[in-house]
Amino acid sequence: MSQPFTRLTAIAAPLLRDNIDTDAIIPSREMKTVSKTGLAGGLFAGWRYLEIGERNPDPSFVLNDPRFTNAQVLLGGANFGCGSSREHAVWALAEYGFRTILASSFNPIFRNNCVANGILPIILGAREIASIASAIEATPGDLPVTVDLELQQVQFADHVLEFSIDSQSKTILLSGLDVIDLTLRDYTRQIARKRAAQWLAQPWI
Amino acid sequence: MGQTLFDKIWRQHHVAGLGDGSDLILTDRVMLHERTGGIALKSLAARGLMPISPDRVFATMDHVVDTRPGRSDHTLMPTGTDFIMATREAAQHAAVRLFDIGDPEQGIIHVLSPEQGIVLPGLTLVCPDSHTCSQGALGALAWGIGSTEAEHALATGALRVRRPRTMRLTIRGSLAPGVTAKDLALHLLGRFGVNGGNGHIVEYAGPAVDALDIEARLTLCNMATEFAAFSAIIAPDDTTFAYLRDRPFAPRGAMWDKALSIWASLASDPDAVFDIELTADAGEVEPMVTWGNSPQQTIPIGGRVPAFDTGGRDTREAYDRALQYMGLEPGRMLAGLPIDGAFIGSCTNSRISDLRRAAALLKDRRVAMGIRAICVPGSTPVKRQAESEGIDRVFLDAGFEWREAGCSMCFYSGGESFGPRERVVTSTNRNFESRQGPEVRSHLASPETVAASAVAGRIADPRALAG
Repeated sequence: MSQPFTRLTAIAAPLLRDNIDTDAIIPSREMKTVSKTGLAGGLFAGWRYLEIGERNPDPSFVLNDPRFTNAQVLLGGANFGCGSSREHAVWALAEYGFRTILASSFNPIFRNNCVANGILPIILGAREIASIASAIEATPGDLPVTVDLELQQVQFADHVLEFSIDSQSKTILLSGLDVIDLTLRDYTRQIARKRAAQWLAQPWI
Repeated sequence: MGQTLFDKIWRQHHVAGLGDGSDLILTDRVMLHERTGGIALKSLAARGLMPISPDRVFATMDHVVDTRPGRSDHTLMPTGTDFIMATREAAQHAAVRLFDIGDPEQGIIHVLSPEQGIVLPGLTLVCPDSHTCSQGALGALAWGIGSTEAEHALATGALRVRRPRTMRLTIRGSLAPGVTAKDLALHLLGRFGVNGGNGHIVEYAGPAVDALDIEARLTLCNMATEFAAFSAIIAPDDTTFAYLRDRPFAPRGAMWDKALSIWASLASDPDAVFDIELTADAGEVEPMVTWGNSPQQTIPIGGRVPAFDTGGRDTREAYDRALQYMGLEPGRMLAGLPIDGAFIGSCTNSRISDLRRAAALLKDRRVAMGIRAICVPGSTPVKRQAESEGIDRVFLDAGFEWREAGCSMCFYSGGESFGPRERVVTSTNRNFESRQGPEVRSHLASPETVAASAVAGRIADPRALAG
């Protein structure tokens, strides 16, 4: 069960680099415990802090800019979340407070990890994402961004951007339902039947 | 219309349609390692669930485990032992076969699985590790997942999966002497980009692929995740069957014969239609080396760091950032660049054939002064085999460290790394910033190129040493 995602109005942090990998999102050295929590401090550690292992903020990194410290929307580039399958990357983003990531494409494993943890992965064109970043840059003070999953819209200033998402992911995110529970409830018998048939045909599997 | 190999395996494992392009798919094998697998087993137990088929689940110690000789449960990483203990405890509790430290069959999960015949043609295999795509080399549908999905597969024996689009990458011609599957993988990444396979199941086909042995096919498929693919697959053939025969977990006797008759049909039909068809020519491939922090930033070993290309795949920022991180400038020859370290290992290139080819270049030679050179066999059986052939002596006499099996300094998860701004030629799969340790400058290449560079003390073309 994760927090349902319906509609969110929040600050968006622009990090418009392509190929942001999960080693950058959470370096190996920051995955210290056999746990899904305690990871937010290690988020983007290599970029966010001045020295390895220390916690002195690097003022040039976006999340250390007071305007974006409380961001819940992350704007990224192409191939976001590439590299290692470590779900710790998504756990760290969620624990920090991010609820949605806008990117022009996602690594497939990372994308699924987002949905499993209540983070909405939104695919928009690179230009559309850049237009949000420009609007934020051009606005004195805060420019909140609204993400409406039901309507499949991103709204900012007086702009509306539409996005598409598959119905499976949408349902899971809107409800916050636990997928394991759902599968066990709805499909246990069908899985068992399929497995039995497979055993007859290909018993070595 | 004919079916692709992927379609056939998908249909055989299809439990139910979930609408809008998603299906519930049977998962025949779940592979786990101590970094992401232990936590999946532990979380499952915490919610009162057990693996539905523990005999289909296999676990190993590869990511965090120390690879220095005489290792124990202790790691250089202060909390590494916790991962090891938690995985051992969870595997025991769940009655899962664990290839533990000290087990004669222990190894990197994607080396161990084919070696033991756990992955077989036509089955589905998942693992919370992005390089699970390696195992598609055996004709299985094998893909990387997250920890939550691993819990799902463990608990239900199935996964909800968005059906990937299909791509066939046909590779014509043949690789020149001294050019390997690793060079081919890097060449394809340079040509099609790290987003080139986004979300697709990529079937590698064509004469150049048919000619590869299984270990080379594993290397080629290994880097499909660097291509942003869902996974990679190669149709099983006589090479596959000969490799799998008599492996510990492969079927035997009459069962083997029956399996063979079914496996023979595991190929894309002649009239199968793929969403995307790409082609490449193996004859054009040279020994490759990366210059930047993305596996698509790749050039032939005789080449120069490219100038920024406004029509290219890198943004100006990514290009400048990579040059600065790597300490390079446009037009710089990579060959001849002094190095600090050399690493042979990882799920990409740590199998016996990799070590044999590197050892052939290292025989009667010495690693250059001041170079830290390390060889980490991919599994304990690979290590044993190498030692029986005297390959360990070749590495040791050349000045390499000879390690116990594991992932090791591919990503310093065990707490070990090269030093800041050290330049390392490495047979691994990722040259990301700080992947092999904070500020380490990684150049991806074949084991031959790593060996030749270690001897030269500079990035070097292995073809100059051969023959």
